[in-house]
Amino acid sequence: MDKALRSNFAVIAEREPPPTNSNALPNLQTVTLIVENMRCGGCMSAVEKALLAAPSVQSARANLSAKRVTASYNAAATNPEHLVATLGHAGFKAAEVANGRDKAQAREASDLLRRMGVAGFAAANVMLLSVSVWAGLASDMDASAQALFHWLSALIALPAIAYSGQPFFRSAVGALRAARLNMDVPISLGIILASGMSLFQTMRGSDQVYFDAAIMLTFLLLIGRFLDESVRVRAKGAAENLLGLKALSATVIGTDGQPRRIPARALSPSMRVLVAAGERVPVDGRIVNGTSELDESLITGETLPRMVRVGTDVHAGTVNISSPIEVSATATDENTLVAEIARLMQAAEQGRGRYVRLADRAAQIYAPAVHILGALTFLGWMIAGAGWETALTYAIAVLIITCPCALALAVPAVQVAATGRLFAKGVIVKAPDALERIAETDTVVFDKTGTLTIGEPRLISPEKMCPDVLAQAASLAAHSRHPYAKAIVRAASKRGLAPKWHSAVREVTGAGLVAGTTQNEERLGSAAWVGADTDGGDQTATLWYRKGRAALTPFHFEDALRSDARSVIGDLQEAGYTVELLSGDRPHATSLAAAGAGILEWRAGVRPDGKIGRLNDLSALGRKVLMVGDGLNDAPALAAGHASLSPASAADICQTTADAVFQGEHLLPIVETLKVARAARQMSLQNFTIALGYNALCVPLAMAGFVTPLIAALAMSASSIAVTGNALRLRTRRLALQPRWTKEKHA
Amino acid sequence: MTALAWLIPAALLLGLLGLAAFLWALNSGQFEDLEGASWRAIQDSDAPDSPPVNESDNTPRTREDD
Repeated sequence: MDKALRSNFAVIAEREPPPTNSNALPNLQTVTLIVENMRCGGCMSAVEKALLAAPSVQSARANLSAKRVTASYNAAATNPEHLVATLGHAGFKAAEVANGRDKAQAREASDLLRRMGVAGFAAANVMLLSVSVWAGLASDMDASAQALFHWLSALIALPAIAYSGQPFFRSAVGALRAARLNMDVPISLGIILASGMSLFQTMRGSDQVYFDAAIMLTFLLLIGRFLDESVRVRAKGAAENLLGLKALSATVIGTDGQPRRIPARALSPSMRVLVAAGERVPVDGRIVNGTSELDESLITGETLPRMVRVGTDVHAGTVNISSPIEVSATATDENTLVAEIARLMQAAEQGRGRYVRLADRAAQIYAPAVHILGALTFLGWMIAGAGWETALTYAIAVLIITCPCALALAVPAVQVAATGRLFAKGVIVKAPDALERIAETDTVVFDKTGTLTIGEPRLISPEKMCPDVLAQAASLAAHSRHPYAKAIVRAASKRGLAPKWHSAVREVTGAGLVAGTTQNEERLGSAAWVGADTDGGDQTATLWYRKGRAALTPFHFEDALRSDARSVIGDLQEAGYTVELLSGDRPHATSLAAAGAGILEWRAGVRPDGKIGRLNDLSALGRKVLMVGDGLNDAPALAAGHASLSPASAADICQTTADAVFQGEHLLPIVETLKVARAARQMSLQNFTIALGYNALCVPLAMAGFVTPLIAALAMSASSIAVTGNALRLRTRRLALQPRWTKEKHA
Repeated sequence: MTALAWLIPAALLLGLLGLAAFLWALNSGQFEDLEGASWRAIQDSDAPDSPPVNESDNTPRTREDD
C-alpha cells in the first residue's frame, strides 16, 4: 500500500506546477478507508467517483481484493469522517482503517514474491542449459561444451540461490539456535550441499552437477511459502476490516460545551463523552451525568440490563439503552475488569506458544533420519573401498534426493486450499497453525449470549397473546429504543399489527413508557412501576402492560437462539464431539438456552477465571477444547482453549484472540471449519505419505549410487507437483463431518 | 559451436528482460489488487478521448482524468 501512496504523491507532484517539495502543495493527506460492500468492478468505480466528486479530494484508488480505498485529500478542507459520510451517501458502508499493522506482513509477502521471481528466472535458464546437457549426453556433446554449460549454470544458480534461499536459511539458523529442528533445516542443508557439491564437481569436470535440482527446489518451495503468506495477509486484512467497520465514533463535549464527533480511538482520559440512547459506549469511564440502563451482555454475558447512575463505572462495548448519559473517560488500566481480563489472557496465551506444527513434528523425525542415512551411505561406500571422494558424492546425493521439497510443500499447499475454501464461506482463519489445532479438538465449548444466541431479546410466544393488547403495547413500545420495546414492535409487525403513533408517550428511565390521561392511562414497563404483583421469583426478563384499570399483561422475553443452533449442536454431537455451554448469565436463562440447543452439560454464572478453570479441567481430562465465544469475558477462555472461534459480532479483543472469525448469523460455519480442518489434516498426512513414498523409491537408488542429476530433477518436480495437485482437491471436495470413531475407541 | 556464443547470451538477456519486467510490475504495485485489475480492464467509464490512464501503473484515478 505504501508504494501506492508514494506513487500518489509522485503523480500529484508532477501535476502541480512548482514541483519542488510537498511543502509547496496544499496540506495533502492520504487516508485508507475500508469499504465493506464494494464487491465488483462497478462498485469500485462508483466508490472512486463518489470520492472524487467530493471537493478537495485529489485522488482515489480502490483496491477490490482488500476492500479498501486510498484517497488523498486536502486536509484543510475536509477530513476522513466527511469522506466516510460521502461514501455513506453513495450507499457504501465505509470506515477508517484503525491501524496499518498488516504492512510489515504485506511487505514480507511481496519480498517472497520478488525472491520467487528471481528463483523462477534462474530455474528456467538453468533448466534450459541442463536439458541441453542431458540431450547432449545421449548424442555428441563434447566435454568442453558440457563444462561451459555447467559453469554457466553455476553462474546463474549460485547468486540466485544465495538471494532466494535466504528465507529458508534464516529460519533454519533460527531453529538451530533455539536447539530445535524444523523443515527448513534439511531443506537448507540439501540446497547448500547440492550447490556446494555441484560447484566442486564442475571444477573437476565431472557430470554430477545438481544446480538445476537446487534452484528448482528453491523456486517450488518459495511458491508454497508465498501462497501461504499471501493467504495470511489476506485473512489478516479481512479481520482488520471487520474490526475497523465496528470501530466507533464518539460525541465529545468540548471545553466550550459544544459537542463534536471524533473517532473513538482518538479519545483520551478525562474527556467527557455523550452517549445517546441506543449507542454503544465507546470508552471505559465513569458516569458524570444521567441515569440509564446498560446492556452489558458483551462484557459479562448477562442479558438483563443494568441500572446505572452518576458515579457508576461503565465499560466500552456496553450499549446504553434508555436515556443519554455523559461519561468521563478513564484510562483503561484503571479499570479492574479489563485489567483482570488482560492479565488472565496473558497467562492463558503462554500455553498455546508450546504447540508444535505438524510439519515441524515430521521434521523432528525426518531430519535425523535422512542425516543418518547420508552418514550410513558414506560409511558403507568407504567400507566397500570406493574412496572418500566417491563415498562423499553418493552421501551428498542421498541428502539432495531426500531434501524434503514435497514434504515442505505438503502442509502449506493444503493450508492454502483449506483457508481459501473457508474464506469463501465467510470464515477468516488468522493463526497459521489454527487449522491443525482445530482438527485435533474433540470438545466444543460455547458461550451463550451472542454466540449460541443472537444476543438480542425476543418476545416469547407472541402468537398466544391477545392481538389487541399486543398492538396497543407495540404502539407504546414504538417510541423507545429499549431492546425489549423493539422486540415487542418486531413481534407485533410479524403478526401484521401495525403500531399506531401516540403523540404523548413519555419514557421514564429505568421504569417504562406511559401514555394517556390518568383515567385511561397506559403503562408498559417494569413490574413495580406498572403495579404488577410478582413474588420476586420470576427469573425471566419480563415487561408488564396495563391499560386503565384492566388486567395486567406480562411480556416475557428470551435471548433467542441462532436459527440453526439446534441442528449444528446435533451435528456436532452426532460426530462425536462433546458440547458444553459456559455462560456468565443467570442459571434460568442458561438452562433454557441449553435445553433449546440440546446441550446437556451447562454451567451458568461463570466468571472469566471460572471459564479458564473449566477449560483447564477439561484439558486435564485429556480433552482438546474448541472454544467458541464472543464476549469480553470469553477472551481469556479463547486464549486458553486448544483452538478458538469467534463470531464477527464479537468484542474486538475476542476477534483478535480467536484463531478464526466467522461471519453471518448462522453457526453452520463452525461445522464447516471443523470439516475443512479435519480434511486438511487428513490430506496433509496423505501428502506426507506421497512424499515419503517417493523417498522410499529414490533413497535406495541414491545410496546405491545410481542417482544422476536428471533423476534428481525429475523426482523432485514430480513429487512436488503430486502433493500440490492432491492439496488442490480440497477446494472442491465434498466433505462430511464423520463420527470420530477412532478417537472414541482410544478414549 | 560459434552459434552458442551469441545464442546463450541472447537467451539470458531475454530471461533477464522478463525478470526486469516482473520486478518492475511488482514494485509498481500491480500485484496488490489482482481482483480489481481484472475489472478495470473491462471498465468503459473513461471517455475514449481522455488521455489513457495507466491503470497498471497503480496511478490513482484523479479529477483531471474524469
